[in-house]
Amino acid sequence: MAYSDKVLDHYHNPQNVGTLDKAKANVGTGLVGAPECGDVMRLQIEVDEATGLISDAKFKTFGCGSAIASSSLATEWLKGKTVDQALEIDNMDIVEELALPPVKIHCSVLAEDAIKAAINDYRVKNGMEALVEEKAHH
Amino acid sequence: MNGPQCRHFTMDLKLPIYLDNNATTPMDPRVLEAMLPYFTENFGNAASRNHSFGWVAEEAVDYAREQVAKLIGADPKEIIFTSGATEADNLAIKGVFEMYASKGNHIITLTTEHKAVLDTCKHVEKMGGEVTYLGVQQDGLVDLAELEAAIRPETILIAIMYGNNEVGVLQPVREIATLAKKHGILFFTDATQAVGKVPVDVLKDGIDLMAFSGHKMYGPKGVGAFYVRRKNPRVKVTAQMDGGGHERGMRSGTLNVPGIVGFGKACELCMQEMEQEAARLSKMRDRLEAGLMALEEAYVNGNTEHRLPHVANISFKYVEGEGLMMGFNKDIALSSGSACTSASLEPSYVLKALGLGDDLAHSSLRFGLGRFTTDEQIDFTINAVSKTVLKLREMSPLWEMWKEGVDLEKIEWAHH
Ligand SMILES: Cc1ncc(COP(=O)(O)O)c(C=O)c1O
Repeated sequence: MAYSDKVLDHYHNPQNVGTLDKAKANVGTGLVGAPECGDVMRLQIEVDEATGLISDAKFKTFGCGSAIASSSLATEWLKGKTVDQALEIDNMDIVEELALPPVKIHCSVLAEDAIKAAINDYRVKNGMEALVEEKAHH
Repeated sequence: MNGPQCRHFTMDLKLPIYLDNNATTPMDPRVLEAMLPYFTENFGNAASRNHSFGWVAEEAVDYAREQVAKLIGADPKEIIFTSGATEADNLAIKGVFEMYASKGNHIITLTTEHKAVLDTCKHVEKMGGEVTYLGVQQDGLVDLAELEAAIRPETILIAIMYGNNEVGVLQPVREIATLAKKHGILFFTDATQAVGKVPVDVLKDGIDLMAFSGHKMYGPKGVGAFYVRRKNPRVKVTAQMDGGGHERGMRSGTLNVPGIVGFGKACELCMQEMEQEAARLSKMRDRLEAGLMALEEAYVNGNTEHRLPHVANISFKYVEGEGLMMGFNKDIALSSGSACTSASLEPSYVLKALGLGDDLAHSSLRFGLGRFTTDEQIDFTINAVSKTVLKLREMSPLWEMWKEGVDLEKIEWAHH
């Protein structure tokens, strides 16, 4: 199977690989997937409390090239957004941007799940209501 | 970005490097040369008895049959040419099942067999057969006591492969044959990965039926052989392809003369060169393995003592196989047991049968060396794979957690 240039680019030059301090109140961490399924994504956001904007986002991913690219792209998109705007990122946007083939759509779903999980963690930490799952993907 | 940029590598190294010789091998140029006249001037049908075109073709097929038989210690009359190992696997299992229906309907095989055997067994089950799919030990080898315990009065066939295509382990063929003989059961082995790589002798090994294929031993694709013993005992199978009665009625269809000629030549070359080649490849494979095992958390899958000389299957924990291959697949061609690389969404059933967790199965690479593999290619591969493993581990949340001492088994993962 051939990969799209964008997947290749993210794979070879991943953006925002790393770890944020998950003990901080303004950092939300999402860990999704499972080793047995062949992909695990950890996505973290750091929210600037003064502006309400996501000031930093980091990821680490165990998975195929498309999973790595999906999470790298997600972190790029997250930076500079408000938490509410971030919630609007849809997995199909990732599919389109990276030209993922049908067998790799689950990678984008996982990235969306990771965003939601990170936001949820941030909300709960800061005394907000947990998100209700609105999309049943699996 | 891909691979090391060191100048001494790029000097005389031609990329990409082919390390997927278990999937198929390149054809030896000497094989091609032997085949060429049989496409053009010697185009006759080997079954044409009345003119020289037919005689020339028949003579070439007879000669190839001798070359093939010699490599496995058989009589030429015991060789049936087929389109490959898949067809021979089908003919062996379905053919025995039909021919020996009055004796019984039970077959014993392994869960680590090739799909050509497993799916044929599934088919036989639909036709009223009973099949026991035995698991293997952690090293990939069959447990002989378990095998014997699975034998029933209705057992007619034991179908166990010679060398495994994914991990390369060699089953204890002689012990299996002895067991089969003791119980009056036929023994069929799919030796596709073993013939031409290690000595296979149907007499010494006690094999009754055997399948193998040209394209795994530097011969052409689309041609293979089915060995059927003629003495002690005389084995018969029911044909699965009816027609003109070629190959003593066991496999009708005009013979693929150029393919058969090439297959014969490939067998002759293996016969002459196998010993040195195996020594050279196992040395190279061991060097590759040692180089890669220098990485932390790398595991060789399968028995390393009873193994084909040219295969290494290694799991690199905390990185995923397809993601790993993407780091160098512009330069190196090999296979992974990861689900992402296969049509199904499951990781390799062979690795799972060895007791590997799905995570380790997803993290595996299969290195298949071959006749044309060089030391420079091995150096390049050690370097490129190691670099990618290290890079991806820096990107892996599992690696980070493991390094921090988190017990990954205890985490409740959100399963899809
Ligand atoms: C063990 C084994 N059996 C059977 C086959 C099928 O061989 P062929 O391609 O000749 O049908 C293969 C090759 O993939 C194999 O490795």
